[in-house]
Amino acid sequence: MLPYPLLTLSLILMWLLLNGFTPGHLVLGILVAVFASWAMASLRPDRPRFAKWYLLPKLFGIVLYDIVKSNIAVALIILKIGRRSHNPGFLTVELDIENHVAVAVLAVVLTSTPGSAWLEYDSNDRTVLLHVLDLDNEAQWRDMIKNRYEKLLMEIFA
Amino acid sequence: MIQPAADIPVWAAIAVAFFLLVGSGLALIGAIGFLRLPTFYERIHAPTLGTSWGIGGVMLASMIFFTVSSGRLVFHEILIGIFVTVTTPITFMLLARAALHRDRAEGNGNVPDKQNKSQVATDVLVGSGSRDV
Repeated sequence: MLPYPLLTLSLILMWLLLNGFTPGHLVLGILVAVFASWAMASLRPDRPRFAKWYLLPKLFGIVLYDIVKSNIAVALIILKIGRRSHNPGFLTVELDIENHVAVAVLAVVLTSTPGSAWLEYDSNDRTVLLHVLDLDNEAQWRDMIKNRYEKLLMEIFA
Repeated sequence: MIQPAADIPVWAAIAVAFFLLVGSGLALIGAIGFLRLPTFYERIHAPTLGTSWGIGGVMLASMIFFTVSSGRLVFHEILIGIFVTVTTPITFMLLARAALHRDRAEGNGNVPDKQNKSQVATDVLVGSGSRDV
């Protein structure tokens, strides 16, 4: 009946947020959400399996904090162009996570953090090519990705 | 009902103005960086200022303003934030991989190669290993 309950629920919530809560829109939203999840089911994507979903707010908090920090860092680099030289460079990181959803979440996190860009993921040898705007301390970047994000993601997605 | 903008309390006006200025300021800085950074891979970092806290600041300002002025919780702006965050990496990776492909094919710049895989993989491993130590 409902192949992706979480997706259905999010779609209903989105419909009600966009249209305002009325009983009519609740019914319409449920209809749209159920048919959309059936359409999704025929694509047969991997189901995300959450092991420790209660760690999601922690991940969210860490990411929000890091985005604020790197926003300031990148803004300073841009405004100070010419005076202080930054050191852009490529960085290859080997990942241990295999779960597709977890890799996608990591890609979204690293891309939305200014200063680091996810360029290319190779699923054969599970390496990702990143471009970093200020690659002063390569080991520190590697450590941040592996220990700060990847460990947490591996706990969340079993 | 929505009141005129002048009728909202001072604390709310200050918060709205603060977030609006922070958000639009970051978007402006991102645009300046997009114009002035020297290489493509550096330029690609600049607009993410606008898509992270740029949009976030404007979103928070809008949420505070309409919540205070209409007297009920307004937070559907959060959907804009979610969709911008989730869809940005797609365009971003398309552009970046197109640039990578072109640079590798033309052999310009110091772009890491992926063509001759085993060789490159060991190079990268050895390189990073020695730098870590």
